Amino acid sequence: MKTITETKPLAEIMKLLEKHKRIHLIGCGTCATTCHTGGKAEVLAMKEQLKAAGKEVTGWMVVPTTCDPLTKYALKEESEAVAAADAILVMTCGFGVQTVAAYSDKPVYPGLDTMFIGWEQSPGRFIEICIQCGQCVLGLTTGICPVTRCAKGMLCGPCGGAREGKCEQQPEHDCVWVLIYERLKKLGMLDKLTDFVPPKDYSRMKIPRTAEVALP
Amino acid sequence: MSLKQLIETGKFIVTAEVAPIKGTDTTELLEVAELLRGKIDAANVTDQQSSMMRLGSMVTSHLLKEKGLEPVFQMTCRDRNRIALQSDLLSASVLGIENVLALTGDVPSLGDHPQAKPVFDLDSVQLLWVISRLNAGYDMVGNELKGKTNFFPGAAVNPGADTEASFEMQIIKMEKKINNGARFFQTQAIYDVNLFAKFMKRVERFKVPVLAGVIPLKSAGMAKFMNKNVAGILVPDELIKKMTTAEDKTQTGIQIAADLIKNLKDICQGVHIMAIGWEKKVPQILAAAGL
Repeated sequence: MKTITETKPLAEIMKLLEKHKRIHLIGCGTCATTCHTGGKAEVLAMKEQLKAAGKEVTGWMVVPTTCDPLTKYALKEESEAVAAADAILVMTCGFGVQTVAAYSDKPVYPGLDTMFIGWEQSPGRFIEICIQCGQCVLGLTTGICPVTRCAKGMLCGPCGGAREGKCEQQPEHDCVWVLIYERLKKLGMLDKLTDFVPPKDYSRMKIPRTAEVALP
Repeated sequence: MSLKQLIETGKFIVTAEVAPIKGTDTTELLEVAELLRGKIDAANVTDQQSSMMRLGSMVTSHLLKEKGLEPVFQMTCRDRNRIALQSDLLSASVLGIENVLALTGDVPSLGDHPQAKPVFDLDSVQLLWVISRLNAGYDMVGNELKGKTNFFPGAAVNPGADTEASFEMQIIKMEKKINNGARFFQTQAIYDVNLFAKFMKRVERFKVPVLAGVIPLKSAGMAKFMNKNVAGILVPDELIKKMTTAEDKTQTGIQIAADLIKNLKDICQGVHIMAIGWEKKVPQILAAAGL
């Protein structure tokens, strides 16, 4: 699983930080490092940009996995530099930002926009793969998700807008229903496409969601 | 006579698209209604077409009905969840609207409010299923209605899908729509009658009336634009040439549309004219087609 992030525009970050002079910076060694948005290089580049904008950077660190509760200990180790700051800028996904906020009394700001859970389709290009809808439909298609990969999340087949197998709305994407058709045809399972699929239960996406897992 | 009754008579059906205006001045809309009354069998009222915010499809359908023009209330799943869709269907029924065209709808990014949150709680097939439920006297979760609807549901199909997978999926989906209550179909614009005839052969066994889409050409540029940008539309070179060399482009566009209608007459059960700004020319097109 990989959380894809993008860097917020610098002007937006500066606006978030406008009332604060001394900033502490936190990046993440996992997803944000692979996305080149919150690894060591990006954190150091941000440090220079903040300095150029007249801010003082009291310290920085790249936590191995910021969403992990162990971040609490990383913050303890770094407590002096954090204590000297007026605010923390966290260059991780929203999960990391909220983990830092949970373990710190300082105002915490996001440096990144959290985009989606995706895989790397080709070097440097990520595609969304699961919207975590809570009612998996991959069994309908034997492994390709129309809820995530169709612009309209259509369950009963394509809209008729595909051109040469590409999505009318986002021509850089394959029409997922064309992919589904090809897959089922290869498997000799085209009859799966004739079933009526009843409306999804979107109450499974009612936020914030909780889950109880059985403990051993 | 209602659209349902007209279709049952076996008459060649003519419908035309009327787009609600952006704003509240209905003067021109009512002029168009006046002009089309008695000339066409029903008028499709688009629902925030191409995701452009406009006057509502239900109110416009109601205004046309008051003017004596039978409306086909187009309904997309883009802007309303299942509660609002069902409620609007009940409201339309109370207003005496009988025909509904169930569509999934375009995504907002195509329109003038690309920042909008798309809904797509249901898709077109599921919306047809919901309409059938309301017609049977129940909402989609099984609650009984006090007074049921009596809709004549229709759906869309794109006979020009360009790959084997897309084309086959259109046929599969068309059958699903029929199984869930679609009683008539209106298609994407047709320019190649032979290709369309092949499609009609494939769907003959469904025995559901198909009204072939007709978009009159206004210029060669428009034809080229559609070829490049609109899925399922293929204007043959021959027609583009005709438009390029035409002295009177308006007259040529009208004649091409009329010829298409003449050729479609033996292949399918009707035509659906999407005039896109040329609504007032629809009677001329029909006259030239001998209808």
